[in-house]
Amino acid sequence: MAAADKPDLELAARFPDLHPPFDHQSALTEANRCLYCFDAPCTAACPTHIDVPRFIKKIAQGNLRGSALTILDANILGASCSRVCPVDVLCEGSCVYHHFNKQPIEIGRLQRHAMDAFLHDGAQLPKNSVADRPGKVACIGAGPASLACAARLRQQGFSVTLFERRPLPGGLNTYGVAEYKLRASDSLREIEMIRGLGVEFRFGEEISPAKLVRLERDYDFIFLGVGLGAMHKLGIPGEDHPAVMNALEFIERYKTGAAANVGRRVVVIGAGNTAIDAARAAIRLGADNVQILYRRGKEHISAFTFEYDQAREEGVEFRWWTRPVAIHTYGATIATIECVSSEPVGFTANADLLAAPGPTTSQSLRIPCDLAIPAIGQSPLVAFLESCRGVGVEHGRVQIDRATGQTTNPKYFAGGDCVNGGREVVDAVADGKRSAVALARILEAAHA
Amino acid sequence: MPEKNIAPDLSVLFAAKIHSPNPFWLASAPPTNCGEQVMRAFDAGWGGAVWKTLGDPIVNVSSRYSSVDLNGQSMMGLNNIELITDRPLEANLREIAEVKRRYPRHALIASLMVESKREAWHTIVQQAEDAGADGLELNFGCPHGMSERGMGSAVGQVPEYTEMITGWVKERARTPVLVKLTPNITDIRTVARAAKRAGADGLSAINTINSITGIDLDTFVPRPNVDGKSSHGGYCGPAVKPIALNMVQQVQSDPESALPLSGIGGISDWRDAVEFLLLGCSTVQVCTAVMHYGYRIIEDLNDGLANWMAEKGFGKISDFQSLSLPRVQEWKHLNLNYKIVARIHEEACIGCQLCYTACWDGAHQCIHMDRAGPPVQPGTGQHGAHSTPAMREAQSREVIAVTPIPKLDHAASANGEERYATPLARIPRVDESECVGCNLCYLVCPVPGCITMEEVDVNLPSQSWEQRTASANDSPMTGPIHGGNLD
Repeated sequence: MAAADKPDLELAARFPDLHPPFDHQSALTEANRCLYCFDAPCTAACPTHIDVPRFIKKIAQGNLRGSALTILDANILGASCSRVCPVDVLCEGSCVYHHFNKQPIEIGRLQRHAMDAFLHDGAQLPKNSVADRPGKVACIGAGPASLACAARLRQQGFSVTLFERRPLPGGLNTYGVAEYKLRASDSLREIEMIRGLGVEFRFGEEISPAKLVRLERDYDFIFLGVGLGAMHKLGIPGEDHPAVMNALEFIERYKTGAAANVGRRVVVIGAGNTAIDAARAAIRLGADNVQILYRRGKEHISAFTFEYDQAREEGVEFRWWTRPVAIHTYGATIATIECVSSEPVGFTANADLLAAPGPTTSQSLRIPCDLAIPAIGQSPLVAFLESCRGVGVEHGRVQIDRATGQTTNPKYFAGGDCVNGGREVVDAVADGKRSAVALARILEAAHA
Repeated sequence: MPEKNIAPDLSVLFAAKIHSPNPFWLASAPPTNCGEQVMRAFDAGWGGAVWKTLGDPIVNVSSRYSSVDLNGQSMMGLNNIELITDRPLEANLREIAEVKRRYPRHALIASLMVESKREAWHTIVQQAEDAGADGLELNFGCPHGMSERGMGSAVGQVPEYTEMITGWVKERARTPVLVKLTPNITDIRTVARAAKRAGADGLSAINTINSITGIDLDTFVPRPNVDGKSSHGGYCGPAVKPIALNMVQQVQSDPESALPLSGIGGISDWRDAVEFLLLGCSTVQVCTAVMHYGYRIIEDLNDGLANWMAEKGFGKISDFQSLSLPRVQEWKHLNLNYKIVARIHEEACIGCQLCYTACWDGAHQCIHMDRAGPPVQPGTGQHGAHSTPAMREAQSREVIAVTPIPKLDHAASANGEERYATPLARIPRVDESECVGCNLCYLVCPVPGCITMEEVDVNLPSQSWEQRTASANDSPMTGPIHGGNLD
């Protein structure tokens, strides 16, 4: 990913922006439509509580820098969130216009407008007015949660070091978000701004139990923003074949230019948002036929409705109640994926999935395929979390106090996917921010 | 029910002599600069035109206009520093004659401005009438440029000058003489009375208002920029309508001022025009809206007016002219015992809470956010009487929100109406016992019909301030409201 800080032109052509930027006049027109609600529901719906009416009003009033700083004050990753947030279920989903003329304000695009202008103007955050203060925090992982935690702490004068096992910062923001939503180069540009605050980054750092002990000794607190681990395996014959590539690996490889050839027929297994990202990418990379197999019905998918709708529009086919049982390979290629299709008889959307299985109509089918992409979720980093002594983990999730992010070991704080099991970038930012606020309070008291 | 199939008669007869097929005239301004323009305007449907002011040709500057835009709407107000006609007098007179010959049934008024000499006025009056003008409008209103040369508003701001020059004009004029009034004066009636004393047949009001519309924040030069400098101009357009309406009302309610009046000031659509007619105007003049959108707007001025008249059962303009004049009174005559309160209709509320913040910060703190239960005081956990806006916001910021994931979270899977319903906690409530009926919440509410102002019967006879103070003088301790248990 040597050229990751520059957009790849060919990739950019295949992955045009899902939500193209506003030109200045359109942004003004849209900003002027905002009612400037008091105690606005969009602000409440945003996990980072960005003051949406305030930043929109500033756009309308020609104060673009002030608008961007309003966003950044609440959400240091405001630029990437403006592109990747599922705004339909967050700010825009709560816009009062749903109740009025049914046309919610395009908050995401307005936020992008302010942030693009800010980044274009050199992304200069205001000079830190706070003097350096005693207090050192180590953040493990350099994804959104750690970045948000680090930025907020640094802005208050504390020292923060991020330890990242990969060569680049950003976590899934850099490696795992569909290219039509966020480019790696944009993610890195945003992180450069955080580095400019004086946050220290260490790359290629695997945190062994021994290193963890040293960190505990050298730092006042440790923030865990480690995310999740490897993707779940299907557990069926043939899945270790080279033409089977899990969704995150697939997304990372095409974003870094290493997997441009997807063949004609692509099968994605799973129906979450990552599965949909992979399926849509496969179409953009030239596949003729992309199918998503899901073991349950349409009502049960974990993808957002708008993601599903957009995938359908792009030509992704969905096969419900279909479970792969074997991948048959032929030399270097896949021949077919053998599946069992078993739709429950008389199934209703409200039926309890955990109830004893009722009668089904079952049949076997073989789907021809050139590339298979399992996308059935990530497993937690069990071994690593076990090495964090005293940090409680339940069902693979780090247990925290929601308001402060503190774990059962008071030395450790945590946020992001390792806590919530895998939600959105904005949730990770909110977790990191809450931890930073709590940590700053503790550090301030300790060093007073 | 009024008969809606009969087309109302829009024609007017101004000052007993000037016929016009409808009450809509173009004001003396760039849209009436030459004959070619005026003829196109008449073809489009305009009833009359006041020719761009005749006088000794001047030299203009460039640039000349600037505007006030509001929230993306351009030209809510327009400012100009253009002077009177810059064309030779002979050309204007020749074209006036031609237009009058081709459009004999339209009203063509000549606007005049010359130096303050009797002979000069006699000459221009003669020339305009010889060309065929149906009437004369004396430009005593232009507030910029010409006023520095002792003309325009320099005349209109001094009742004695107005009376003198109007008198000179009346010595010679055979057609109706209208005096155009400037609003840049403390009491517009002083000049209207002077014009009436001098025998004016009619008035037009208002001319433009002194203005600086704005300043370029990069160069610090106000607009319009003429080589790094600017000058105050004359302000017009939608923004000035309320000022114009007030002055029209003042003139028409004053017996010593009232004359046939051609209303001017921000008229953009037929509803604006009706308002001027309701306050006693006989015709209206339009400029900015035409400069913005062209002569074509006359179509809906006529059509909208005709449809409204038919709906109301008015067969002709005079049927409703001046109907609102008696409805404007001095404050001291208003009924102090009339009470209205705001009602928020829950089913229409979208939860924007603009009424809540407006009432707390800009009115009387009587709208509350307590439909979902009494407010909790932060820190104490106690229930308080009312939460302030700051408390509401602080509370919202404390809430931990997460992205709802389908399958995991109910909110995300809720669909349609249920998902977007306004939560009860976001719908404000009016405390009617505290509400003073100021209208502010109703004005800021973006949803038509969501907040209504409802009359409350207070069981007291109508009583004005004048009546109350008179009766208080009779028995100072026992006024009808303050008597008894209130102190």
